[in-house]
Amino acid sequence: MPKDTGIGAATTRREDVRFLTGRGQYTDDIQTQGECAAVFARSTIANGRIKSIDTSAAAAMPGVLAIFTGEDFAEVGGNPAGWLINSRDGTPMHEPKRPVLAHGKVRHVGDAYAAVIAETVQQARDAVEAIEADIEELPAIVDMKDALATDHYVHDEIGTNQCFDWGWIEDNRAATDEAIKNAHHVTTLELVNNRLVPNAMEPRCSIGHYNPGTDEYTLHTTSQNPHLTRLLISAFVMGIPENKLTVIAPDVGGGFGSKIYHYGEEALVLAAAKKLGRTVKWTADRTEAFLTDAHGRDHVTKIELALDEEGNFLAFRTETMANLGAYLSNFSTATPTFLHGTLMAGNYTVPLVYVNVKAVFTNTAPVDAYRGAGRPEATFSLERVIDKAAREIGMDPIELRRKNFVKPDQYPFASAAGLEYDSGNYDALMDQMEKVADKAGFEARRKESEAKGLLRGFGVNAYIEACGIAPSNLVGVLGSRVGLYDAATVRVNATGNLSVMVGAHSHGQGHETVFPQVVAEMLGIEADSVDIVHGDTSKIPFGMGTYGSRSLAVCGSAVVRATEKIINKAKKIAAHMLEASDEDITLKDGVFSVAGTDKSVSFGEVALKAYIPHEFPLEDIEPGLEETAFYDPANFTYPSGAYCCEVEVDPETGKVRVDRMTAVDDFGNVINPMVVTGQVHGGLGQGIGQALVENTTYDENGQLLSASYMDYTMPRADDLPFYIVDHSKGNPCTHNPLGVKGCGEAGAIGSPPTVVNAVIDALQSGGKNVSHIDMPMTPHRVWSAMNNA
Amino acid sequence: MTKVTMTVNGKSVSGDVEGRTLLSSFLREDLRLTGTHIGCDTSQCGACVVHVNGEAVKACAMFAIEADGAEVGTIEGQANADGSLNVIQQAFQDHHGLQCGFCTPGMVMSAAALLKDNPKPSEGEIREYLEGNICRCTGYHNIVKAIMAASGQDVSAIAAE
Repeated sequence: MPKDTGIGAATTRREDVRFLTGRGQYTDDIQTQGECAAVFARSTIANGRIKSIDTSAAAAMPGVLAIFTGEDFAEVGGNPAGWLINSRDGTPMHEPKRPVLAHGKVRHVGDAYAAVIAETVQQARDAVEAIEADIEELPAIVDMKDALATDHYVHDEIGTNQCFDWGWIEDNRAATDEAIKNAHHVTTLELVNNRLVPNAMEPRCSIGHYNPGTDEYTLHTTSQNPHLTRLLISAFVMGIPENKLTVIAPDVGGGFGSKIYHYGEEALVLAAAKKLGRTVKWTADRTEAFLTDAHGRDHVTKIELALDEEGNFLAFRTETMANLGAYLSNFSTATPTFLHGTLMAGNYTVPLVYVNVKAVFTNTAPVDAYRGAGRPEATFSLERVIDKAAREIGMDPIELRRKNFVKPDQYPFASAAGLEYDSGNYDALMDQMEKVADKAGFEARRKESEAKGLLRGFGVNAYIEACGIAPSNLVGVLGSRVGLYDAATVRVNATGNLSVMVGAHSHGQGHETVFPQVVAEMLGIEADSVDIVHGDTSKIPFGMGTYGSRSLAVCGSAVVRATEKIINKAKKIAAHMLEASDEDITLKDGVFSVAGTDKSVSFGEVALKAYIPHEFPLEDIEPGLEETAFYDPANFTYPSGAYCCEVEVDPETGKVRVDRMTAVDDFGNVINPMVVTGQVHGGLGQGIGQALVENTTYDENGQLLSASYMDYTMPRADDLPFYIVDHSKGNPCTHNPLGVKGCGEAGAIGSPPTVVNAVIDALQSGGKNVSHIDMPMTPHRVWSAMNNA
Repeated sequence: MTKVTMTVNGKSVSGDVEGRTLLSSFLREDLRLTGTHIGCDTSQCGACVVHVNGEAVKACAMFAIEADGAEVGTIEGQANADGSLNVIQQAFQDHHGLQCGFCTPGMVMSAAALLKDNPKPSEGEIREYLEGNICRCTGYHNIVKAIMAASGQDVSAIAAE
């Protein structure tokens, strides 16, 4: 029987009401008396030397208040990389400075080299057009292979376009080479993980405010992690003391990774606000978003899988070139390395894994974590090469995976790529997938498709990911320069309702509904009496924000710990009120009772007593009822899944239609199944988008050809089917108090290889010997592959 | 500057606008009706869909002066008279048809226009109609389901919560 409140209930979301009635408040909705507007001058050249910037004509334009160039920020710090990666030879990665505004050189189309502040946006736009920039065009470095061969550099001062050359696990390199050399069978696949633009529907926006009376700054910004943004601005870029800077991320219209990072526009509006004593606002238009939001993926990979006679996996060896774009974005060096290489054993007992990643600077927009961040790239490589291997050795693709799965009695399982999986049951997920997807009915559906002249294919995938990012001790060893705990403060107000301040940020994930379900269940009170406060550094404890499917697993755990502290203290107060001993107090349904008696006080009475502490034993109990907990997990969490997809391919046109998409996931325990299912839906939409329609295209001069919704294909309602989603086979995480694993990225990780595998199966069923098609599988690519086969 | 007068959500409003002022800007900046969102600059995303004289219109594709004298409806005017969610809004909440909420006003306004012309649209008709509304969060599943539910169709057989 499904519950209707608390943990496990499909509670509808309270935040929906404001969004459905137009009362949400996104950053651009904030309008301040006397605000002025910032507009950026952006490079139209991919690689160029700035010879001069003449702003005199622009400065004389109507309404112009100030103009900034890179020279104004020459003395402040750069926007840093959050992870230090060492190359195979032990040398540290190259870390060229990423300035607030381009200085000396522009390095990608869209790179901002000046900013105009004017009374209105239109005046600022007009003035930007009047800036005379003399920029000497240099050869653009776009293709990664070319970048590693040329003697032109994105960053001249480092004299190479290779940021690092990373090996994982380096000690396994020779043994992996040997295993592949001697194997009975080796399957090799070269593939591209296409570059994507995250495309949160709300464009980035930042508002800077300065109070000269107190020397305090306030930044409203579209961020997934306001404390991280404050730390970066304070400690690295602007040197504003943290206690003088408040960062507020109000309602945020989607992130998907792109709003994790600190961007130069945030620093600019703060500097301008101080200089002018005015509130300064900048809102990106969509083309700016395409040009400057951190992009995702963009790996070129060769993967080899070695097998023995029975189909046992012996080794995976991967060589990847990962595009970093023109500058290091905050997580960009972690994404192709530790968020990718450590997952290259997949769900399998394979004994050897070796991954080599060469990270490359190019004159393109920075590339960083996008929904899944490294794990989609790992899953795609693994699950495509396994599918190819199954065909080559004549084995059913599901059977080949099952043969190599980690088995339920093997947990905790030390993977060959260096992680310790805590729980799972991959066979059970595959069983459930075959059942809910009606795999048995596939052949009949294939015949129906064939009767219509269409080819039908069935593709499968098994994935594992590491999320709930993550243990500070572990990520510290792996090169992270920050900790990755999270924090919560539970404040019981005198009248018995609660404000829960959390470090996680909700920009679609439903925290305002889900976290109260947890607190209410623990205290035995109504969820409606619990409110979540998030997104404002002046109100919440120092948390690391929302990404890496970490909100519930990490911040939710902090909420649990803080609530446990509340219960402990409330029991002491109740014991005092009931003249009993602490140990004899029980809490049930919001009532504290003395065991074995009829004496009790309600949660509300205890709350009131905490704030009106008459006759309080002050030597034993402080007044008030407010507790904070920081939670740092012992391990990553390891969601896993079995997905399948059925496509129809029109052999006349190459057009692919996804007819059925099934996702069976192990997320451990589930707090709100409605929200979890919605998260999977969104991931599936993005993953199918990557597989079929989305692509980011630069020409050889570094011009972004797909810089608007007229050119970059976003998946629309009529590109996608209803999905079949199941998370009933969860195995609880063993190391966090809720037993939860995280669900935000799974759909985007599991679906792309599933769709490709299905298309290949369809083409093979039509007698076409096609073993791979790169994403996006546009009609042109599919038709060409069929007709060249 | 030109003076424009229109009825927005049943109230007469007027303002002075430049020739180039878009209806979306007039609504957001002059009337402070910020539920109408701007998600692109090429009239593709649909976050700014409003009703003009009963028709769904992308407010970024119309100048404010073109709406002079018109009846304009925005998301702020959609709730029932007592402030409760209307049938479409309620269906979006019941079926989790929104996540970040940014595309939501446009989706609700488009859905209302669709159901006015086609009270019982099929799944395919809904998907086709929403071609001009982009959502990045939901994968559209629950939006389509919500619109079917709002039109009185039984959606219990559609998978998931």
